Amino acid sequence: MDQSHYIAKHVVNLPRSGIRDFFEVVAKMQNVISLGIGEPDFDTPWHIREAAIYALEKGKTHYTSNLGLIELRRAINRYVEKHFGISYRPEDEILVTVGVSEALDIAFRALVNPGDKVMFHQPCYVSYHPSITLTHGVAVPVPTYAKDNFALTAEALRAAWQPGCKLLMLNLPCNPTGGTCDRTQVEAIARFALEKDLLVLSDEIYSELTFEGEHVSIASLPGMKERTVYLHGFSKAFAMTGWRIGYACGPAALIEAMMKVHQYSMMCASIISQEGALEALQRGEDGMKAMREQYQRRRDFIVRRFNEIGLRCHLPRGSFYAFPDVSQTGQSEKDFAIGLLHSEKVAMVPGTAFGENGKGFCRACFATGYDQLIEAADRIERHAQKLAAKH
Amino acid sequence: MNPLIKLLLEGGGLGTAQMAQVLNLSETEVNRQLDQLKKDRLLLGWRPVLNLAEEEAGVVRAVIEVRITPERGGGFNRLAERISRFDEVESCYLMSGGYDLLVFVNGSSLQKVAGFVSEKLSTLEGVLSTATHFLLRTYKEQGFLLDVKAEENNRLKVAP
Repeated sequence: MDQSHYIAKHVVNLPRSGIRDFFEVVAKMQNVISLGIGEPDFDTPWHIREAAIYALEKGKTHYTSNLGLIELRRAINRYVEKHFGISYRPEDEILVTVGVSEALDIAFRALVNPGDKVMFHQPCYVSYHPSITLTHGVAVPVPTYAKDNFALTAEALRAAWQPGCKLLMLNLPCNPTGGTCDRTQVEAIARFALEKDLLVLSDEIYSELTFEGEHVSIASLPGMKERTVYLHGFSKAFAMTGWRIGYACGPAALIEAMMKVHQYSMMCASIISQEGALEALQRGEDGMKAMREQYQRRRDFIVRRFNEIGLRCHLPRGSFYAFPDVSQTGQSEKDFAIGLLHSEKVAMVPGTAFGENGKGFCRACFATGYDQLIEAADRIERHAQKLAAKH
Repeated sequence: MNPLIKLLLEGGGLGTAQMAQVLNLSETEVNRQLDQLKKDRLLLGWRPVLNLAEEEAGVVRAVIEVRITPERGGGFNRLAERISRFDEVESCYLMSGGYDLLVFVNGSSLQKVAGFVSEKLSTLEGVLSTATHFLLRTYKEQGFLLDVKAEENNRLKVAP
């Protein structure tokens, strides 16, 4: 029996993830050094795991409030205020979600009418465009460029804007480019959002992994808190990717709208993950800083190596991704990535998996051991030299 | 903190060639910095961390709480240094609390360790009392977990 005609049209038309195709090739190979894993190589610090185990022992296995444990919401407010300068009421301005992924999904479902236009900068995380499509919105991509180190500029926003744009999706620091914006640039984006009456959806999951300078949350700027849904979580800073726990903060009316969707689709985030998250916020800061320091050293090493090899790579001020330009090899990013995989068994994700402005680039995640990074860099160098010899 | 020290503390057992790569220095420079760290007594030396329980010719380890009389003009230092010089003494620390020195001792048998305490340590002038505790089992040694098996790396090879 062929069930395909039962599938909803907008899902049929959803393009397959470029990452998934690449993953399928890599999965069949042995002994690959993968720089394609978008998560920390650290296990979650033991004290967080132990707190969750203890919660299980104490019998914490039941539903929580839809919004999440109140102690966790209070801790989130304290954390966000301390680190990013924004204060949210735990009672009705914070919603604990099943990862930032769920927060994004329910935000789109709560805020996008069919036909509403949503701006987002690209190259970007693989789910943004499909999420907009799934809620029958219209995706309006805004290009970012290597010449700006992939920061989002007000000029690019202005050029891409069209009447009917309602939402602006931000991801700073950015997966996959490592681009982020300094205070002046964030202020310019805020002014644009105010001018065009845009609601901002800000995915700041990599904000702790800002290596130089400060991370500026757009919601902390004057006039922005009332028009921003602030999204953050625990996956990257506290190495809790598999726990599926995150949060959305915003004006009560918007959180209430998102909560309506959340209560019917999820009910609540896993209580065990919430308990772990609480421990992370209360006692996880030192561990988080130690991990950040280690990422920074790895970043310095791999970016230097890419530039030595002749693959021009900007120094990402945030996230744990390097985004080298592979076009000097004369190959497309797909051909380079596949060729590198087959000839030297190193996996980097082709930049076009993240949007058309990823053309000519590949994403390398440096959240892995030094020995892997050193070996991978040597292998990439060999491959690049082989390609150069052919020319 | 010196980037080289930070890298050493991170562990991972990198050789000097690899450390040179990571720090963007020549190997000669890394060795020079290591030598300087040794001269400055920041880096005291290298010891492998072994799980000695596995060895057939076992090593008996004990922790001894020593109470000593502080000396005028010298405090605990002279006597603590004297105790530290014994080969049997692996580590020696001045502690706050109910005793003064915490002394880690290794010997090839229980009798040898007991003999060291009774003949060499307790008899020193200035040593008021000793309390010897023998190590039964090690769970974690210098940051390495012993009985917990290293889990297979289960990470997906590619993830967004």
